[in-house]
Amino acid sequence: MPADLTRVNSPHEGNQYNQRLIVTGGTRPGPPVSFHSILRKGASSVFLRIEEALDGPFGGADNPLRHLGALGLYLLWIIVGSGLYLYTVLDTGIDAVYRSIGDLSREQWYFGGVLRSLHRYASDGFMLVMTLHLMREWCYGRYHGFRLYSWMTGVPLLWLAYVSGIGGYWIVWDQLAQVSATATAELLDWLPIFSEPSARNFLTPDSISDRFFTMLVFIHIGVPLLLILGLWAHVHRISHVDHLPSKRVMLATLLALLLLSLVQPALSNPPANLAMIPGALDFDWFILFIHPLTDLTSPALVWLLLLAVTALLFALPLLPHPAPEPVALVDPANCTGCDRCLADCPYAAIAMQPHPLRPGFKLAVVDGDLCAGCGICAGSCPSSTPFRRRDKLVTGIDMPQQPIHLLREQLEQELARLSGPQRVVVFACARGADASGLAATDTAVMPLLCTGMLPPSFVEYALRGGADGVLVNTCRPGGCDFRLGDRWTRERLAGEREPHLRQTVPAARLQLCAAAAGDEPALSAALNDLRARLGNEALASDRLPPYLRRVSNHA
Amino acid sequence: MPKPTAIIGQVILYGAFAAFIGYFATSPKYRQIADDVALIKLSISHLGDRECRKRTPEELAKMPPNMRAPMDCPRERSDIRLEMDLDGQPVLRTVMHPTGLYKDGVSTIYRRFEVKAGSHQIAVRMNDNLVKPGFNFVKEGEINLRPGQVMVIDFNPDKGGLFFQ
Repeated sequence: MPADLTRVNSPHEGNQYNQRLIVTGGTRPGPPVSFHSILRKGASSVFLRIEEALDGPFGGADNPLRHLGALGLYLLWIIVGSGLYLYTVLDTGIDAVYRSIGDLSREQWYFGGVLRSLHRYASDGFMLVMTLHLMREWCYGRYHGFRLYSWMTGVPLLWLAYVSGIGGYWIVWDQLAQVSATATAELLDWLPIFSEPSARNFLTPDSISDRFFTMLVFIHIGVPLLLILGLWAHVHRISHVDHLPSKRVMLATLLALLLLSLVQPALSNPPANLAMIPGALDFDWFILFIHPLTDLTSPALVWLLLLAVTALLFALPLLPHPAPEPVALVDPANCTGCDRCLADCPYAAIAMQPHPLRPGFKLAVVDGDLCAGCGICAGSCPSSTPFRRRDKLVTGIDMPQQPIHLLREQLEQELARLSGPQRVVVFACARGADASGLAATDTAVMPLLCTGMLPPSFVEYALRGGADGVLVNTCRPGGCDFRLGDRWTRERLAGEREPHLRQTVPAARLQLCAAAAGDEPALSAALNDLRARLGNEALASDRLPPYLRRVSNHA
Repeated sequence: MPKPTAIIGQVILYGAFAAFIGYFATSPKYRQIADDVALIKLSISHLGDRECRKRTPEELAKMPPNMRAPMDCPRERSDIRLEMDLDGQPVLRTVMHPTGLYKDGVSTIYRRFEVKAGSHQIAVRMNDNLVKPGFNFVKEGEINLRPGQVMVIDFNPDKGGLFFQ
């Protein structure tokens, strides 16, 4: 009895959409056109083209642009690892810090010096990757709805990363550190937070003491620890987090940075002397760009800029954005408490609780605030099999805008319509390549919220219902709007993940394609490949026995 | 296994990544001030004076024994007037206010003056009790600044008031 779904399903009654039964055509209600939306769309188009261009040499799984968060985390571990070694050799003291780090670069250039360079270049890489990650998420509109938490927890990390980076430059206490420390203090003094100007700490060579460096080391270790804590919070509400990029990406990145460290080792400038302003210095523009910016403008303008950008980032979710997707609904009568939706949900929107009606059983519960409305849970539900006898197919967890029952009905209608020697069903992600152009008398196109919502049994159902072949189109690897849809689909169809496609289904009759929006020619080529294969007479013998639900002996 | 062309492409792109980081980690060079310029930092942190009154014996007698402070001083500190001339030209005329909700904290200032290296005549005047007219601290002198040199003008009562360093 699924009538009480809203009460059982989620406390967020306002987020339930069980009255809206809309089969998606792939587009959601868009926000009103504004300067921001035009800017974002333009930027996302550029970003996407670059990303897809890099798919060529890298492939989706190894494309660094598709895994910026994981790459950033990897760079952070390089920073932490190399930093731990640097900490062991660092002597805190005005002269000692400069001497100990300088000695490391000179006398142990092959190890300590390389680690020091790695520490610096990985930090620069981290700032670069973090900025790109921020831009990418903004471009793709990933800052509202179920992504709000990750966005809001990500913004303060920018400050923590920057403070960590800038503090690292001070520890060496060379001329660059002097410039940075003095300029930062002068910038901070513009804010009414100190009773005495903090820049007075850097007036003369006598102004600072060994204590300063002890404090600095604590800050340079403490702030990154806060950053790591913040990163944990940042990814806390998503599941199957990519903590690290692929092994190839890690190895190649490390090699690139190692090579850079050997070719251009990071060395200290002459020691700091507060009685003199240093001349021209090698300058790290990734981290220290704020000082020239302040010199060029004014502390007031820089603070205004920094605070305005931060406020804007926090306020982005308030700007008009597409309406949220309807969230998944659980049917307690059909939920077996198997945990598969819990395991597959990319956003940890599902929790299991004791079943209110069946003692000893569990029931999936959807958090409407976290649900992306992708339907991956419906695809993972064992109750979503179309082979079930009942006329009204009610599954354990379903999408109101494209229920499994409606999907089966639509498939049956399409199968009945198809004619010709090679009847093909195309299951296509509505966010991937536009498959509507493939529809023909012998080709049925079934758009899906995400291919992750396709229960693999639908492939067998289509083949036993009259189709000669099935084409499943996902987004490009790593390009799924819902993170894991393409991956789960591949693994389920390959029999590596539950629910799996039965081995009795002939592999030759199934074609898996990964064509993103704009890749329509690739999708068309994949269909042609499948048709060519189906034309092979050897396939004639592997046809599955037909299954017509309405006349089967189970019905 | 990636195709050879893909491997070459990856090598080029990772190389570009490393080159981009390597370049902007050190270049272009940055110079905070021009070659022939020196810096004067005027930085003072000083508690303004206040007008205290000596209590009469009668007043002291009326007070509890443990609170018989001979001087009656207000909590608030005076503003501090500060002037600085460089080569005879006024470059600073300001009044520094005491910090704190009750105006009982130090008055502070921190200013940077970029000047051409060479000889300069500097005069600094300060009055830390505006009830009294004029300036009770004055420091004048000719200084010779080398390019890039930082000269500090500070105040320390133990060093005789205003001083150049």
